[in-house]
Amino acid sequence: MEHYVSLFIKSVFIENLALAFFLGMCTFLAVSKKVETAFGLGVAVVVIQAITIPANNLIYQFVLKPGALAWAGQPDLDLTFLGLISYIGVIAAMVQILEMTLDRFFPALYNALGIFLPLITVNCAILGGSLFMVERDYNFAESVVFGVGSGVGWALAIVALAGIREKLKYSDVPPGLRGLGITFITVGLMALAFMAFGGISL
Amino acid sequence: MASAKEILLKPLVSNNPIALQILGICSALAVTSQMKTTLVMCVSVILVLALSNSSVSLIRKHVPSSIRIIVQMTIIASLVIIVEQTLKAYAYDTYKQMSVFVGLIITNCIVMGRAEAFAMKNPVGISALDGIGNGLGYSLVLVFVAFWREILGAGKLAGVELLPLATEGGWYVPNGLMLMPPSAFFIIGLFIWFIRTLRPEQVEES
Repeated sequence: MEHYVSLFIKSVFIENLALAFFLGMCTFLAVSKKVETAFGLGVAVVVIQAITIPANNLIYQFVLKPGALAWAGQPDLDLTFLGLISYIGVIAAMVQILEMTLDRFFPALYNALGIFLPLITVNCAILGGSLFMVERDYNFAESVVFGVGSGVGWALAIVALAGIREKLKYSDVPPGLRGLGITFITVGLMALAFMAFGGISL
Repeated sequence: MASAKEILLKPLVSNNPIALQILGICSALAVTSQMKTTLVMCVSVILVLALSNSSVSLIRKHVPSSIRIIVQMTIIASLVIIVEQTLKAYAYDTYKQMSVFVGLIITNCIVMGRAEAFAMKNPVGISALDGIGNGLGYSLVLVFVAFWREILGAGKLAGVELLPLATEGGWYVPNGLMLMPPSAFFIIGLFIWFIRTLRPEQVEES
């Protein structure tokens, strides 16, 4: 149990996908103008991460890994080169399924998320999470914890940035730095603050 | 119709994918702590971008618009797999250092963005040029960031020592912050400021 708690803390704070690995930056910068929309996107990312990372973990363990197809009489087959295309396929399919399920059973949540759901397919945080899971060779339970943790970390970062940007509207920024420029520098400062968590060893 | 030269050169400064279109930022920040990984990344992105733009443009009239995203995704993913396998075979150390970021070229929004915004509407020749142009604009920012990060952070450029380090009897005390992730944000922020001071028409209204 302790192992999983520390993995969770690690993926939320120390190895924050947005601020330590710069994943999902495009949406991170583009959709962080308001706290409300940022929160909606954050929730969507948590849900998708929690589903796709374990799903990709199963695919990796039972289909792609060298020797994984032994049960089908192919003990020497190594399909790892098909990794990228299968992960992105799983992500696209999962997003689509989630969209249809939400539309059918939770219309309120579906309307709240709106356009962000399909956009998540091309959010690098999702694919990045799956690739990290493969690189670090997590087992199924670890991948569930890592999925939820990394999603929560990303959501936390985007909500915090949106909060700062709402306040930033009232400040007098030099013309050339307005908008994108000052956002970059703000994110830099946030990343600096998050680096303080790097000193924690779990 | 814009001339070929304009399509090739416009993304360099006046419509830079990173500084103005906010595309492809993730990888721009993560691989730039060293010149070597940066150059490998730039070449891979230019290749993928040029090839994906031309292939998407080739089939643009045959793909129903309802499934175009999946088709584009498959083309891009296959190209990235080719790049990944090539790097794995011929530059294994660099491949290890870049870890997941080679794979992340798939979700690099520049590739999808240009396929969707340009290649779907234009013939093959200029789509390829647009791909190369945007790739170069992307590379320009990456090389700029990597230059400052590596020279200030480690006193080296592409592994060659330029500023002798104080720890080895020289005079330069390296700034460790430059090798850390946040410095990339500061440098890009300042770079955007620089471009927008030169070209005030890019300034955003607040």
